[in-house]
Amino acid sequence: MALNIVEKIWQQHVVNQQEGFPDVLAIDFALLHEVTSAQAFQMLGDRGLGVHDPRRFLATIDHSIPTRSDRQRITDPQARAQIAALRENCQRQQITLCEPDSGGQGIVHVIGPELGITQPGMTLVCGDSHTATHGAFGALAFGIGTSTLAHVMATGALLMNRPGIMQVAFHGELPQGVYAKDMILRLIADIGIDGATGHVIEYTGQAVRDLSMEQRMTLCNMSIECGAVAGLVAPDETTFRYLKGRPYAPPDAQWQQAVEHWQSRASDPGCGYDKTVTVDIRQLTPMISWGTNPEQSIAIDQRIPNGPGSDQAALNYVGLKEAQSLTGVPVDWAFVGSCTNGRIEDLRVVASILNQKTIAPHVTMYVVPGSEAVRQQAIEEGLDQIITRAGADFRMPGCSMCLGMNDDQVPAGARCISTTNRNFIGRQGTGSITHLASPATVAMSAVAGHITTQLTTMNQQEAS
Amino acid sequence: MKAAIKTITGNVIPMPLNDIDTDIIIPAQHLTQTSRAGYGQHAFARLKKADPEFVLNQPRFASATILVTGDNFGCGSSREHAVWAIQELGIQAVVAPSFADIFSNNAQKNHLPLITVDQSVCAQMVALAHKDNHPVTIDLLTTTLCAGGQQHPFTINPFFQHVLTAGLDELDYLMNHLAAIKRHHQNADQRQCFLQLAGALS
Ligand code: SF4
Repeated sequence: MALNIVEKIWQQHVVNQQEGFPDVLAIDFALLHEVTSAQAFQMLGDRGLGVHDPRRFLATIDHSIPTRSDRQRITDPQARAQIAALRENCQRQQITLCEPDSGGQGIVHVIGPELGITQPGMTLVCGDSHTATHGAFGALAFGIGTSTLAHVMATGALLMNRPGIMQVAFHGELPQGVYAKDMILRLIADIGIDGATGHVIEYTGQAVRDLSMEQRMTLCNMSIECGAVAGLVAPDETTFRYLKGRPYAPPDAQWQQAVEHWQSRASDPGCGYDKTVTVDIRQLTPMISWGTNPEQSIAIDQRIPNGPGSDQAALNYVGLKEAQSLTGVPVDWAFVGSCTNGRIEDLRVVASILNQKTIAPHVTMYVVPGSEAVRQQAIEEGLDQIITRAGADFRMPGCSMCLGMNDDQVPAGARCISTTNRNFIGRQGTGSITHLASPATVAMSAVAGHITTQLTTMNQQEAS
Repeated sequence: MKAAIKTITGNVIPMPLNDIDTDIIIPAQHLTQTSRAGYGQHAFARLKKADPEFVLNQPRFASATILVTGDNFGCGSSREHAVWAIQELGIQAVVAPSFADIFSNNAQKNHLPLITVDQSVCAQMVALAHKDNHPVTIDLLTTTLCAGGQQHPFTINPFFQHVLTAGLDELDYLMNHLAAIKRHHQNADQRQCFLQLAGALS
């Protein structure tokens, strides 16, 4: 029988099926961070249980760590306690922790792939809703809550009903200057923030095949923003090339066998899906969010909806009007980073736009690499120089301004154009206004001082 | 084993907003605790602050225990803190036309019943609560909800229903399968899983 990739992975990981109960699904690997793990360790402690196999866990510190250069000095006593708890728990349970300045620290969804942990056909979980990022490798990867994390720690499995499987077929070639970020914002705008609830998405189409691993990660990352359990892309040569030689990846002796197995994971021709959505991207232009959830997104050259599709409460919050054009709306902050767009390719795009330019004087711009490895690579390529010379702040790795739980927050009433994944009310700090866009759009808007997809040839500064 | 929950009776907290996300339920700034307690005081903080008339600021709803809300409740992040915060407010059940997936899983683990009813039933309950807040009864065994003298059928995932009404602890259930799970991992490691687990980072 022709099976799709999710059915194959599911079949291979089901340990027990019992009428009236969810399946017992084996989990190959779990990633931990400081915010959602302490209570899981506590739950194990309460029952006198240990971690079933510490080698299947890796921890990092990303959400609450500051991104200034002296980031080891954490002023918030609660954040400090949280980090200390993670350290202690990892030590006690013998779980590897990627400490700051070890070379391996970074956002949990950036370091997993970098280390070669994320591999095709595996099941991977993390106490974070953007775990779908790892689906770029053809892994079934999804976010779980703290109790479920405790289950995985204690047993190596969790209880779950098999989700529905939805094919999202991108039709056509991706136009120049348009990115995976625009593809996923288009999809979310089309199907809504609960358009894929209860489903795992498989992204298909030549445009997806043509994407680099970094771009595929951006695409899968935001699957949760349309309610999906997970999102994935079948593995191919691009995937294998990325994985080769990484620390957790199979060694040469095993490589061929691994690749054959991975290839066998791809959906069979003629397989079925519970649902199929087609997105035509032949005319796609850069996208941007206007409201207070990711579904409220439009092509930048369109106007904010008037009548149906409009949302007065959201517009009041963001200080915009129905039928208004976003082009030309002044921005105060620009943020490049997060597990959506904090990888080396994103930084390259940003640097190519900022090259020989300066950002508008009223704009504060943070560029935050997703990991220490990304930061190191950016420095080796001289990107940090370009970014700093343009007047932006090139910072230390972490989640930073993606969610306002560290020092990096957008002030109340300020408007931020951001490469992150959520424009919820107050997400980047109480009272902050967020517009989601691709790194290219963020960089161009930072230079212009307002929302734009045009690369201004000369700054106001230079002109005056 | 946890305590079995078969019926719940309480007054309604009317919060008819769609897409209440976990950042609204408990903002990220308050996630820096290492315990499961201490989130209730920050629950819905932004809505409480923004509007003095917000339902949770009104003394007449202070002792109500059944939250009635809009579509897609609990969307957004995987933070289980959202469920802990709601429970700490004394809320014993949430009634809505639909719920987000991870939130639903988290509620199940914490035995917080999520009751799915039609939009129209929610609207009716909200209207009733504003007029005259009489107790509502949720019967988890018969999956009916009684409000204002009327019976409404509701839906709940059958396993979720079982977990609540039998007081089942999922971790206990999983622990019973521990040997099979171990065997699975050992076999998979040889045939289908190519992770270099030993010493990858040393
Ligand atoms: S960068 Fe943002 S979305 Fe990604 S893990 Fe960190 S907080 Fe979550």
